[in-house]
Amino acid sequence: MTLRLPLAFTALLLSLPLWASPFVVFQIGAQALGLGCVALSLSWLMSQAGAVSLAQLSVAGVAGYGVALLGGSEFEPSRGWPWTVAVPLALLAGVAAGAALGWLAARTEGLQTIMLTLAVAVAWALFLQQNQVLTNGFNGITGTRAPTVWGVDLSRPTPFYLLSLAVAAACVLVVQRLYGTVFGLTLRGARDDARKMAALGYQVQQHRIAAYAFAGLVASLGGVLRLWFNGQISSGSMAMGPVIDILVIAVIGGTRYAWGPFAGALVFVLLQNFAGDIVSAERFRLFVGVVFLILVLATRDGLAGLWDHWRGGVLRQRGVHNL
Amino acid sequence: MYSFARMKLLIVTFLNGLTLAALYFLVAAGFSLIFGLLRQVNLAHGSLFLVGSYTGFSAAQWSGFWWFGAFVGAAASAGLGLLMYVALFRRFQGDEMRQTLASVALSIILADVMLWFWGGAPHQLDLPDALTGSVVLGMGIKYPVSRLFVTGLTLLVGLGLFVLLSRTRFGVLVRAGVEDAEMLAASGVPVQRLFMATFALGAALTGFAGVVGASVLSVSPGEDARYLLASLVVVIVGGIGSLRGAAVGALLIGLAEQMGLVYAPTYGVVFTFVLMVAVLRWRPHGLFGVAGGLRHV
Repeated sequence: MTLRLPLAFTALLLSLPLWASPFVVFQIGAQALGLGCVALSLSWLMSQAGAVSLAQLSVAGVAGYGVALLGGSEFEPSRGWPWTVAVPLALLAGVAAGAALGWLAARTEGLQTIMLTLAVAVAWALFLQQNQVLTNGFNGITGTRAPTVWGVDLSRPTPFYLLSLAVAAACVLVVQRLYGTVFGLTLRGARDDARKMAALGYQVQQHRIAAYAFAGLVASLGGVLRLWFNGQISSGSMAMGPVIDILVIAVIGGTRYAWGPFAGALVFVLLQNFAGDIVSAERFRLFVGVVFLILVLATRDGLAGLWDHWRGGVLRQRGVHNL
Repeated sequence: MYSFARMKLLIVTFLNGLTLAALYFLVAAGFSLIFGLLRQVNLAHGSLFLVGSYTGFSAAQWSGFWWFGAFVGAAASAGLGLLMYVALFRRFQGDEMRQTLASVALSIILADVMLWFWGGAPHQLDLPDALTGSVVLGMGIKYPVSRLFVTGLTLLVGLGLFVLLSRTRFGVLVRAGVEDAEMLAASGVPVQRLFMATFALGAALTGFAGVVGASVLSVSPGEDARYLLASLVVVIVGGIGSLRGAAVGALLIGLAEQMGLVYAPTYGVVFTFVLMVAVLRWRPHGLFGVAGGLRHV
């Protein structure tokens, strides 16, 4: 039970390009990884800070637009700077956006946070839509592809998939590492009882804002991946529908494990691509809604919760009782 | 003459803002009451608006009577709201996250079902003949009767709600329940029935707003998101569980949105947002909200 499962799984992920079609590698694999990063930022905030921030996709969009505007694209005002400059700057902008969101939302809790961040997300999408000069309004910015690094064209399926995998793995590892740090402990303490933490002398608001900033970084990484995956970005990709989709992905996957959002993203992408074979492709959203409802009603924590439940059962069968 | 035209534009924009504020009030009042009393955020509230719109539209088309359509729209939303409450919200009492997520799932499902049945094209209800046409209000301004009707009707509804909440036994129970539902239950009041009635009332208001909105503006898929968002912002600005807050909040948001649309189209949406942020920073519980309860109506 110890290392065999993760090792086998890692081998499976790394070898995907060898045995799966380019469609599966790119459309399913890479897309799920990019979406998963954005969903991870939400999932992490939910489980560690107790904050359901529906504006994570908006923060991802800040970084996405950052790369689109600073790097090369088909949009006139784009600067055309190399990715080595554009990407770090865009990520920085994303972190700043995350911190700004944190400044807004840190004082709120529970349902108020959901309401506030949803309002922020939709207002942001509307603003992007209205603005013609900076962001090309409704049409968005097209022609944003992944760069060629050291001779490798990262926009091809296999290289892009491996890039996405590397980014996702890095995010998962950092998130897991953060769990045991003082920062992680403080966040969870503030999540459980903010007043006690404040009484103990901890700066709860500052920690929350820092949490939002970190989540902003993870979301920004996802945002850049999404930009390169789609080859374009527009206000529509950050509207209420996609914003809710990120929540759906995070909840389907479960928030207790760092791999949860990626499992959720995989399910979502599979449904999106193969719903047409089960129900009519037009009714994809209905199908997702029903799956989501069933998972919310029947499970404690989505797929991750189911996994724990199954593992608990398996371990009980093997005679391990104190888990 | 130039400033005369500008004055006219200002007045018309103001009146349009009032119409929008009226719609937002109808939707947000229900949302605020449900949130204040039951402490749950129903993110399918916007879907109830759409349900009222579409069923009212179909009913009005079939019967030829607008009022019949309005009644059916309100009733359909109330019925659906009640079903949602009994089947979902009541089952997960206390598990706020699950309730909220379930309401999200429902809103996705409902939105797609309505798209399936009524299609994607905008629909508009025909108002009774007496309410069509324009009326001349001084200064040579011609303004649609229908919009004035909406504003006036909403004022009446608002007054009715005020009377209901402040002068009837039902209102007393609701306000008591908002402050302390457990105590109310311990006093022997059938709290579940109170919750159901409030949920149905809030849903009916929203459904009615849906019919009205579809008559004065139009209804199409995606309106549910817009009115849900408006409810959220109005409640954040006005305060939870406060009727006065919903009224003032709706007024501020409706006017800000219309003014922004006319006078600053590119950044108009920022007005609403700045308003919301300002209120959050200086009055975190909203202009009329109090932490934990409905003190003023």
